Amino acid sequence: MNGIRVAGLTYRYGAKTALDDVSFSVAQGEFCALLGPNGAGKSTLFNLLTRLFVAPGGQIEIAAHDLNTAPRAALAKLGIVFQQPTLDLDLTVRQNLTYFAALHGLSGHDRAWRIDAVLDRLDITDRAKEKARTLNGGHRRRTEIARALLHDPAVLLLDEPTVGLDAAARAAITDHVHGLASDGATVLWATHLADEVRPDDCLVVLHQAKVLAHGLARDVSVDRPLQQAFLDLTAEPA
Amino acid sequence: MSGYVTALIAIVTREALRFVHQRERFVAALVRPLVWLLVFAAGFRAALGLSIIPPYQTYITYETYIVPGLCGMILLFNGMQSSLSLIYDREMGAMKLLLTSPLPRWWLLMCKLLGATAISILQVYAFLAIAAAFGIVMPAMGYVAVLPALVVAGLMLGSLGLLLSSFIKQLENFAGVMNFVIFPMFFLSSALYPLWKMAESSELLHDICAVNPFTHAVELIRFALYLQLNGAALGWTVLAAGLFTTGALWGYSPEGTGIRRKS
Repeated sequence: MNGIRVAGLTYRYGAKTALDDVSFSVAQGEFCALLGPNGAGKSTLFNLLTRLFVAPGGQIEIAAHDLNTAPRAALAKLGIVFQQPTLDLDLTVRQNLTYFAALHGLSGHDRAWRIDAVLDRLDITDRAKEKARTLNGGHRRRTEIARALLHDPAVLLLDEPTVGLDAAARAAITDHVHGLASDGATVLWATHLADEVRPDDCLVVLHQAKVLAHGLARDVSVDRPLQQAFLDLTAEPA
Repeated sequence: MSGYVTALIAIVTREALRFVHQRERFVAALVRPLVWLLVFAAGFRAALGLSIIPPYQTYITYETYIVPGLCGMILLFNGMQSSLSLIYDREMGAMKLLLTSPLPRWWLLMCKLLGATAISILQVYAFLAIAAAFGIVMPAMGYVAVLPALVVAGLMLGSLGLLLSSFIKQLENFAGVMNFVIFPMFFLSSALYPLWKMAESSELLHDICAVNPFTHAVELIRFALYLQLNGAALGWTVLAAGLFTTGALWGYSPEGTGIRRKS
């Protein structure tokens, strides 16, 4: 079964084409990196995948639910980490998680239990009572990932989640999310940094609104380092 | 159904927490109408003669006249304030969190609206209590009867804020809302002077005041404070609330423009 299936997706801002006939799929339990330079259309794709916008043409399926005809079932299966930080800085880590869990209709003991579980999983239990404002960038991101896992989503979307983090935090979060995929979650990880992609990851290279390559990272890079392959691909006129 | 209620409680609690965190907002929201009541009205009383008009059955002081208008002012400012906080939420990304919840978007926005209205009403009661302490007292039951009127008026002005927030591109444009929405709505209404008084100076101004939904919100509150139902005012306020809400829900739908402005 596909975790994510995108078919024939096109989106324009006025005359500017942000996505042009984009199609790809990510199998259940796969870690897929969406690699593209700034302005490639990654954020537009995320806004469409999370139904903040709807595209006039094309189809999106999240865990086999069509985002257009069954938006609520699809959104319920989706865990999202936005590029922009979305924590309420005046609330504690736990309050932030509680608020989000409630937006997903979770309450009572079930909610408390789930919050404890994700705090433990992201190793931030000792920060639960701190205000989000006092956390460093790495811990804020972890809190957001923990939040995205609260409702046990089948599919995780992360939009450049390591932007602004130092090397250690970046590596820790990249490792952690790869671990989530090994545990069965489908992950779509948008980035412009080739070093966050592993040879066995699925890879979609997006450039100038089009999919330039789709396959295993090792097959796309052939015998070059992925960074070089990425530069070669995006240097060619699309 | 319980998921809906859970979300409602969470959203209202967050609005309340945000309000508690900004105590200066509460003070500002009270000082504004109190200045009008205790300074402006005192000076204006001498200049303006009021005859007996419904719902009043006797001559009233100018301070008594403007209390309902000032209740409306609190609701109006709060409606716009919540519009501001929605734009802020959108720029900060918190809005995305709300809009990607699996609960229907109309419900999430209604929760926001209900939360903001509840907080506005608390402020109105605080204002009425202070006014009473200064001797401007309404009939005792009027304080109860006014509650549903405040809910309807608060929802109408809150939905106007919601509608505006879906069309305002950036935080910086909010000053324009002050100039082009709050002030005209407040001054071109029956909040400060009865409509017949307005008609004496200009028929056109009177007509503008008469179609201003804020006038109807104020009249609804005024009559309710005196235990009377102004059916026409209720009808117009509900109609305006319906129109504003429909527009706001469209503005925030994935097909609308409210969320697309950013990125």
